[in-house]
Amino acid sequence: MFRTLAKTLALAAALVAPAVALAGPTVDAIKQRGALRCGVNTGLLGFSAPDSAGRWNGIDADFCRAVATAILGDPNKVQYVPTNAQTRFTALQSGEIDLLSRNTTWTSSRDATLGSVFAGTLFYDGQGFMVKKSSGVTKAADLNGATVCVQPGTTTELNLTDYFRSKKMTFKPVVIAELNQIEQAFFAGRCDVYTTDISGLAATRLKAPKQDDYLILPEAISKEPLGPMIRRGDWELLTIVKWTLFGLLEAEEYGITAANVDKMRAESKDPPVQRLLGTTGDAGKGMGIDNDWLVKIVKAVGNYGEMYSRNIGPLGIQRGVNAQWRDGGLMYAPPIR
Amino acid sequence: MLIKSERARGVLYQALLLIAVGGIVWYLLSNTLHNLASRGIQVGFAFLGREAGFEIAEKLIEYDATRSYAHALAVGLLNTLHVALLGIVIATVLGTLLGVARLSNNWLLARIAGAYVEFMRNIPLLLQLLVWYGMFTELLPGVRQAIKLGDWVFISQRGFRFAWPEAHPGWTAALWALAAGLALSLVWRAIARRRQAATGAQWPMALPLAGFIIGLPVVAWALSGAPTAIETPVLRGFDYQGGKVISPEFAALLLGLSTYTAAFIAEVVRAGILAVHRGQTEAAMALGLSPNQRLRLVTLPQALRVIIPPMTSQYLNLTKNSSLAVAIGYPDLVAIANTTMNQTGQAIEAISMLMAVYLSISIAISVFMNWYNARVRLVER
Repeated sequence: MFRTLAKTLALAAALVAPAVALAGPTVDAIKQRGALRCGVNTGLLGFSAPDSAGRWNGIDADFCRAVATAILGDPNKVQYVPTNAQTRFTALQSGEIDLLSRNTTWTSSRDATLGSVFAGTLFYDGQGFMVKKSSGVTKAADLNGATVCVQPGTTTELNLTDYFRSKKMTFKPVVIAELNQIEQAFFAGRCDVYTTDISGLAATRLKAPKQDDYLILPEAISKEPLGPMIRRGDWELLTIVKWTLFGLLEAEEYGITAANVDKMRAESKDPPVQRLLGTTGDAGKGMGIDNDWLVKIVKAVGNYGEMYSRNIGPLGIQRGVNAQWRDGGLMYAPPIR
Repeated sequence: MLIKSERARGVLYQALLLIAVGGIVWYLLSNTLHNLASRGIQVGFAFLGREAGFEIAEKLIEYDATRSYAHALAVGLLNTLHVALLGIVIATVLGTLLGVARLSNNWLLARIAGAYVEFMRNIPLLLQLLVWYGMFTELLPGVRQAIKLGDWVFISQRGFRFAWPEAHPGWTAALWALAAGLALSLVWRAIARRRQAATGAQWPMALPLAGFIIGLPVVAWALSGAPTAIETPVLRGFDYQGGKVISPEFAALLLGLSTYTAAFIAEVVRAGILAVHRGQTEAAMALGLSPNQRLRLVTLPQALRVIIPPMTSQYLNLTKNSSLAVAIGYPDLVAIANTTMNQTGQAIEAISMLMAVYLSISIAISVFMNWYNARVRLVER
């Protein structure tokens, strides 16, 4: 709550500041500062969580690195700003962060009314349920009358209500904002069910005292395309963020990896690969960044597939819909040329 | 010269100050609106009429996810008032007992009360709430292993569930009769006082009051069918059904708020009692008043004058502290407003509504306490 209040005050402070100060484009501000301010989750394994050395790991954190590399040429020039579900949008609106890379679901109202826009989908997720195996529940239809732990202010909370309403079932919500607190309540047995995106359930299960005691139900009850978000009007930054994401996907599609990127750049005669790696064409320059932007990005964080297997793989989640379009997935990047 | 007149200068300075404050407010407002518009953030309170779409666990009025945001916020406001009012009552009783105990001649009792005060008021409330909530969720057994007291009370992580009379017009009638009985008692007391002031004769109090407060409801209950059916909780599906339930979230918040505030109230009460001069007690003894009468008629009325103003602050603190409920998942006004803020993105509107509501609650408590203070004030003749 204090954090929400602090963020709101920051927003209020930013909003009452003279209008001229806000006109400066964010990309220039990032270059001047020498660092990208990136809003991430306070701690969600696989997406963004600090390790014991204080280094942020996860696919969302890696995406911050990729964007920082595109703009500043250095994956380490990121200032991570942990945000919870309630503070993330105000942090972006108030200018406290430049980019929100925090497992945030792309919806029409968030795109239209928050003064911010989504740049694409980094991970296709869906909302699911996790229960204690000992409860005997094996499918979502068994959940009538259950007590459900859920985080407030999320699409999760609304989907949950919609799902039970459409099935004519009832539930009792236990609503706590902090992830650690709600996981604690679920493990202690305060709730029968914990609901969030399936990737989040898998990450929570890793923290369980005994992982085998918990079961993620097979049903996904919603579409949750998670993607990076920036302020409305930052068109330069939007282009860079969007094409950083597409570049990561393109690199995977053409088999460019962290290990072979230098060799590919020196030797490849394939025109699309040459354009991607900046040996021909001016893809980077057009966006106001270096032409070898994608070489640096792939060297720093690998291609999309490498990011996925490094971060999401340990959660035990298959590529599924997040596979390349050629492999039957939804990941399809427009051509870079 | 006009500028030499103290009065004219006073008016001038005040006018200047007013213009400056007004100018700053106007500047802040117009900048905010301009910046909101330039970022494409929608403003206004139209969102209040839209469907909320989320469930609320505890509600004192009818609510479901198809109701509006305004309705959801009303549920949150009632939840806040619910916990604040009960908290004020419990904190006052507990605090008064502790305050008196700390002045007791009994060494052990006084030391225990002292230790309680120092311990409770020196630990942040948020920590205490988390400890209470942790105790309820971690230490209590699961719902299937609930602690049973007969068929009547079941204690588990899902809360304290107990048997409760089935809904029946008889119980409603009894409640109305109780309200009428309380009103009658007040009237009786007022008449008795006037009689005593006029004639010196004391009217009986105990028996008539008992008749009004206990007798009337019993008669009303008996006349309207004397319902005796009790609904006992039964384990069905995931949880017990039937009866009444106090959730761990509510219990943790209520206990946390009242035990914390009681420590401060204890000190207020102690200070109030110590402020009454010993000569007053001696004078009362000389008049032959019993110890009970001494406390009731001499010490307490004078102590109250000292107690009430700081007590008001404590009540206000307790009410405002109830917003810490978000940490342990009790759906108070702040929790609902936070959710509303995130679903709609209307942060400025939601926060300003929160401020307005807490300000109104606080002012209402202050007005009531000031009125009460004026009543018990020393009337100098």
